[in-house]
Amino acid sequence: MQNRTFSLAISPHIKSPETTAKIMWSVVIALLPTTAMGVYFFGIHAFYIILVSVIAAITTEGLFQLITKRKVRIFDGSAVITGILLALILPPNVPLWIPALGSFFAIFLVKELFGGLGHNIFNPALAARAILLASFPLIMTSWISPFDAISCATPLGIIKDNLLFPLPSYLTLFIGTRAGCLGETSVLALLIGATFLFLRKIISWHIPLSFIATVALFSFFAGKNPLFQILSGGLILGAFFMATDYTTSPITKKGQIVFGFGSGIITSLIRFWGGYPEGVCYSILLMNCLVPLIDRYTLPKRFGEK
Amino acid sequence: MTFQKFRGGVHPRNFKYLAKNSPIKNLPLPQKVVIPLLQHTGAINESIVKPGDIVKKGEKIGESKKFISAPVHSSISGKISAIKEFPTPLEQEVLSVVIESDNRNEEFLSKKIDWKKESIESIKNRIREAGIVGLGGAAFPTVVKLSPPEEKKIDTVILNGCECEPYLTADYRLMVEKPEEILEGFQIILKVLDVKNGYIGIEDNKPEAVKSLKFKIQNSKFKIKIIVLPTKYPQGAEKQLIKAITKREVPSGGLPMDVGVVVQNISTALAIKEAVVDGKALVERVVTVSGPRVKNPGNFRVRIGTPISELITASGGLPDDTERIIVGGPMMGIAQQTIEIPVTKGMTGILLLPKDEFLSEEIEPCIRCGKCNDVCPMNLLISEIGRYAENKDWESTKKLGLDDCTECGACAYVCSAKRPLVQYIKWAKEQCKTEPFL
Repeated sequence: MQNRTFSLAISPHIKSPETTAKIMWSVVIALLPTTAMGVYFFGIHAFYIILVSVIAAITTEGLFQLITKRKVRIFDGSAVITGILLALILPPNVPLWIPALGSFFAIFLVKELFGGLGHNIFNPALAARAILLASFPLIMTSWISPFDAISCATPLGIIKDNLLFPLPSYLTLFIGTRAGCLGETSVLALLIGATFLFLRKIISWHIPLSFIATVALFSFFAGKNPLFQILSGGLILGAFFMATDYTTSPITKKGQIVFGFGSGIITSLIRFWGGYPEGVCYSILLMNCLVPLIDRYTLPKRFGEK
Repeated sequence: MTFQKFRGGVHPRNFKYLAKNSPIKNLPLPQKVVIPLLQHTGAINESIVKPGDIVKKGEKIGESKKFISAPVHSSISGKISAIKEFPTPLEQEVLSVVIESDNRNEEFLSKKIDWKKESIESIKNRIREAGIVGLGGAAFPTVVKLSPPEEKKIDTVILNGCECEPYLTADYRLMVEKPEEILEGFQIILKVLDVKNGYIGIEDNKPEAVKSLKFKIQNSKFKIKIIVLPTKYPQGAEKQLIKAITKREVPSGGLPMDVGVVVQNISTALAIKEAVVDGKALVERVVTVSGPRVKNPGNFRVRIGTPISELITASGGLPDDTERIIVGGPMMGIAQQTIEIPVTKGMTGILLLPKDEFLSEEIEPCIRCGKCNDVCPMNLLISEIGRYAENKDWESTKKLGLDDCTECGACAYVCSAKRPLVQYIKWAKEQCKTEPFL
């Protein structure tokens, strides 16, 4: 044993068992309840949308990484998340080329062209949805009711345009049997997934709480019904699963509160006075742009710093 | 009384069970020792012996006139056979004195003194002459810590019994086996600093150590408080320990004495007792040898300068699948290329870690999960410092508090992308020293 040499490395020499892939697949698990509810409410076509979206996301990522001779990391779960998230924020009756094209935009334009995992500025699923909405406004704004798939309006749409549809009850909103995006309707299913992410310590309260509380307070002072504003639209999905995206949200805790606050303000402004009935998607995308600035001005106080 | 938890920290599996129940054993007398002339933080000693000289155990063989230094002594009786450069655990070549044993184990002892009647200056001189340094790993000359400048009024001394690094159990065994000696050493420290307020900080995963010390305190007159702290790495880091016990925050770039505190390690207190009361120089220490596949993990009292290969043999030999040999703990220890290095004063443990501990070491892109920042006990934005270092933007790393980093390793431990954050930080610190912008 005298002549053996051993490998050199800088400390620490032990590592926690947590990995990027484990985090990503945990998020996938957290999205399963709302995904299942979406399929239950809106039928087998919803399932096809999710399937096409995920396959397109993985394929785009794999091909890009092969062509650019990067390490193929399609099994780390991040492309799967993007695929599922995009499907969840599409109307449940879009033709299947919509999720295919959307996932291509999300992965190719928004994620990989900016440097891939950890380097994108915008949330890929949200940015892809914004592109789709701008390109195919009719397809992206036609809604159906759950189970019977009859054309109808979303709760926020009913309010926005003063339509003569009856407004759903709080219980209906909580369970999710109302018109809306494929995976945004069931607050119950979303909260189950979010609870899992909290317990796994993958997300913290800072962004979701400040986001939702800001919308509630703004609604209250604007004379709207805060509870209705929280339960309808995509706020719960956005606050827990989109705005908390690590790469596109601030890294400082103070910054995360600012981010949630800003998202809440913009969401409310769009909902109450903007051109669209819902503003969660654009609010998060706009706040994504501000992340470096927010981080810079919210540096934490260091130990022993005066 | 409630104690504030320090911010951040991690909970790695501690593996203390491997060695904690094995009583301290004396290692057989080595046939040859290699004593580096630099084993402490500070100026290197000059050799005061030459090849051919006969020395006894405890006889001084190297000293320096510089204040921040600590003399070295022969750890066996025998003949000086060479003075030349040897590798040490700090991975540099250091001028060292080689001594061949005469197997007589004759010891040179200073005369015994009664420290209660002795002057502070004379006690400090004894501590200095015995070559005592901080035995918790940093090896800073103890007498320097015991001589704060006049304007720094010290009102609290903390004895650090946290031993928060996984695997290590040397301090634990000493607290269990030698509580009386440790407490006497502590009293000497309190006398030298003229302080009444003494605390011993111990993590709550060492109830036997707490019991052992409490029992001795109850049966004596000293007013030392034992503070049981939550088990969390790096609870034993000086600044975090001070914060947890006194709620004082050592200022950025400052020292514990800036907030009136001196921290000493358990083993150091014992060494002080042995030097002052028994007249012994610091020529041996307790070292933990452990690892998942080590046959007989244990704690060994070993002469300084003994090749660590002899310690490994005593613990059942080198396991075949050993991939890394670490001197110190797994969080901050230093990987060694060879086992032909001597035991030094600052060596707390030797870990033999097998290959399967290092399977998923591939570095992935940062996903900005922020866990590194959450666990940083100094509340630094490690993720950003790491990113700036990767882009060689040294100035920005500095602005984010690079110099406050103690390299405790909590960030790199917790990183889900397995990024070598401590390596980035060490690199950045190195670059900041040489870059012209500052």
